[in-house]
Amino acid sequence: MDLATLTQTITFFALSGAVIVAALGVVLLSNVVYSAFLLAGVFISISGLYILMNADFVSAAQILIYVGAVNVLILFAIMLVNKREEYTPVAGRWLRQGGAAVVALGVFALLTKTILQTPWQISDLPPTSDSITTIGQHFFSDFLLPFELASVLLLMALIGAVVLARRELVLEPEPIFGEEVVPPLELPERPREPVVLSEK
Amino acid sequence: MQLTYILILAALLFCIGIYGLVTSRNAVRVLMSIELLLNAVNLNLIGFANYLDGQQIKGQVFAIFVITVAAAEAAVGLAIILAIYRNRDTVDMEKFNLLKW
Repeated sequence: MDLATLTQTITFFALSGAVIVAALGVVLLSNVVYSAFLLAGVFISISGLYILMNADFVSAAQILIYVGAVNVLILFAIMLVNKREEYTPVAGRWLRQGGAAVVALGVFALLTKTILQTPWQISDLPPTSDSITTIGQHFFSDFLLPFELASVLLLMALIGAVVLARRELVLEPEPIFGEEVVPPLELPERPREPVVLSEK
Repeated sequence: MQLTYILILAALLFCIGIYGLVTSRNAVRVLMSIELLLNAVNLNLIGFANYLDGQQIKGQVFAIFVITVAAAEAAVGLAIILAIYRNRDTVDMEKFNLLKW
């Protein structure tokens, strides 16, 4: 085993360990802020794995989009819904958690068996040296329609997020002209009151 | 062989994501688990693009599409969580039973 392979192996296992530990922290920690920061750790470690697999552009996009946009968005959401609430205990919750753990481990065992049994046809050709050029050629030739649809999807997500996250306007009957002057530059909003929970 | 290591790592990440998706009670943590799932899929795609399709790396193109959809999903999902939090004043998944009998 020469030096390059050794370095690659060591880097791979270090990054894999970081990914697994941080992902377990995301799922298992009780403080959701720690989970969000550990999620950034997962994203950065996965970006390192991408570099290890010759995917430099996707690695940069991963850091820019996931760490820079999605994770910051999640942190903002945590700040906006920052409510320390004690969850009411639910009967039989440990059974559900145990069942989920068993199912997840079963899926993992099944996937591992499938992965180890399948004869992968590893390509002998060396990977392409300029991945960015190849990706760009794909985007503007055979993946042109999905590329344009992705932009439409992003626009839809933008408008949809704004529509969903803003407060609803209160539609009041039109005041008689001259009687009551609504001050300009003001967004009338529905008063903040939670929907009454119907207790069974 | 390193492709199997990558695939096993992605499978493990996927299963951790499924466990978090099912068991977590905070709605924001559910979204984080979905991001873990999407990252596991991306890891698979990049691994296949590197080891099986090194010349025309279509797996990386798919991974970029998945990243795009994940960003859109995160934005809309967090907006939905904000709207629900405003209405119900909680982020507990056990209390989101608006559509359940």
